[in-house]
Amino acid sequence: MRCTTLAILTASALSAQQSAVDAAGSYAAAIRSLGTFFLILLGLIFLIVIALALIPLTRRHRGIEQEPLEQTHQPSHGTETRLGTMVGIATAVTILILFGLVVASVSVGKSIAGPSTHANSIAVEITGNQWWWYVRYANLDPSRIVVTANELHIPVGRPVMIRGSSNDVIHSFWVPNLQGKRDLIPSRITTLWLQADRPGRYRGQCAEFCGLQHAHMALWVVAEPAVQFESWMTHQIEPSVAPSSPDEQRGKEVFLNSGCVLCHAIQGTPANGQVGPDLTHFASRMTLAAGTLPNNKGNLSGWIADPQTIKPGTKMATVPVKSEDMQPLIDYLESLR
Amino acid sequence: MRNSFAALALFAACVAASCGSSAKQNAAAITGGDPDRGAHHIARYGCGSCHAIPGISGAHGLVGPPLAGIGRRLYVGGSLPNEPANLEHWVRDPHSVNEKTVMPNLGVTARDATDIAAYLYSLK
Ligand code: HEC
Ligand code: HEC
Ligand SMILES: [Cu+2]
Repeated sequence: MRCTTLAILTASALSAQQSAVDAAGSYAAAIRSLGTFFLILLGLIFLIVIALALIPLTRRHRGIEQEPLEQTHQPSHGTETRLGTMVGIATAVTILILFGLVVASVSVGKSIAGPSTHANSIAVEITGNQWWWYVRYANLDPSRIVVTANELHIPVGRPVMIRGSSNDVIHSFWVPNLQGKRDLIPSRITTLWLQADRPGRYRGQCAEFCGLQHAHMALWVVAEPAVQFESWMTHQIEPSVAPSSPDEQRGKEVFLNSGCVLCHAIQGTPANGQVGPDLTHFASRMTLAAGTLPNNKGNLSGWIADPQTIKPGTKMATVPVKSEDMQPLIDYLESLR
Repeated sequence: MRNSFAALALFAACVAASCGSSAKQNAAAITGGDPDRGAHHIARYGCGSCHAIPGISGAHGLVGPPLAGIGRRLYVGGSLPNEPANLEHWVRDPHSVNEKTVMPNLGVTARDATDIAAYLYSLK
């Protein structure tokens, strides 16, 4: 019982980390205010319309038996013009209100389109894959390019330009606490600006149905103060750490001598596969397989042994790993901080 | 008719509920652990990616055997007599029992293993 309550509490705490009404940046705040404005204005109009519709019901009923039918249904000339004027006014007011809403949407659309100056901004490439996110921090100096997956670190208070694309079908990048949606389209680049004004972890989710595991295609945005962001970045630029024990060394050999290298890269080793996520700093990530599972040794071993049960249809192949090789393999991968 | 059915359902629910909690109490008494905490640890260590475990969300793994009814089995890991100390020993260091098993040593602490055993023994 206690456990269920705990689970529900955790679930609701987690859901607050993916919420369009809990804006963590100015772009999301602008969208939220627009939503609130629409809600209040249209709610008021709805109430007024309902009230107007109720008025005739409350009027005293002029008995049909007292007046012949033709008379009741044949309005006088005066009534006719009065009704005409009222319909005219109502139409004009509707057009005015709709026009106002258009102006409001367009101006919010402009304000979330990006910062006025690009100074101080950073650029990140995000490529959608069935069903995970490739993340690359572009840099003019090739030795400072960072490639990771399913987790995007951004500095608080700085605009971040996302250059999105896709390797297969259309995906949609959506981190509700920070910005609206942007489709990721094969062989085309779409852009989107993010900015977080307070530190936190915000969950993003693919928002365009993209196949079997669309629901298991999540991404975490970690917004950190500048110092932490810089130290994260400095660490990610480094190649992978060397094994620190014979067991980890053994795990590294298992990895390099099995099918894993066909699909995964680990910088600092010969592994350079490009089909799946880069594993250079795999252990520094919070989740496994695009938010499907928390990243820990238990889940990692289950994932390697049988990915198709955990995420049916995933593009990761089931690679036969000798049972006695599992322990060194996960010890090695979880040492890749 | 309707009423008696409802009463029956209520009765069944009460029996099931008390039964569940008494299974938990028994398991806690046998192991000295806390089943609720055990459930939390099982989720935290990620056992569910390999085992189907009732009551743990997302635990549908097929790599290892389902852990429902583990308390009624005679051997743990196919070799140790099924008793709390052995179950905990298996959970903490399966390779010391069977060096070829794919079940990894997940660094489970003694305290957590006791709670995990308490939860596992409470399963029907
Ligand atoms: C056929 C290509 C392929 C092979 C072979 C392969 N993988 Fe993968 N791997 C993938 C893909 C694709 C993903 C992303 C899956 C997803 O999230 O749906 C992935 C995901 C992963 C992840 C999770 C990464 C993350 O950050 O979420 C790990 C860890 C991993 N693989 C390890 C391995 C190991 C270890 C092996 C060898 C035993 C291996 N893979 C073999 C393609 C492959
Ligand atoms: C890599 C997958 C994997 C993970 C992760 C894993 N196990 Fe296992 N587990 C197995 C396999 C496979 C067996 C069967 C081994 C055998 O009998 O030799 C097993 C056996 C067991 C058994 C004995 C079952 C029986 O009927 O004898 C228990 C109990 C158990 N595991 C508990 C756990 C717990 C608790 C965790 C998490 C702390 C865990 N396992 C994590 C794969 C795993
Ligand atoms: Cu999708």
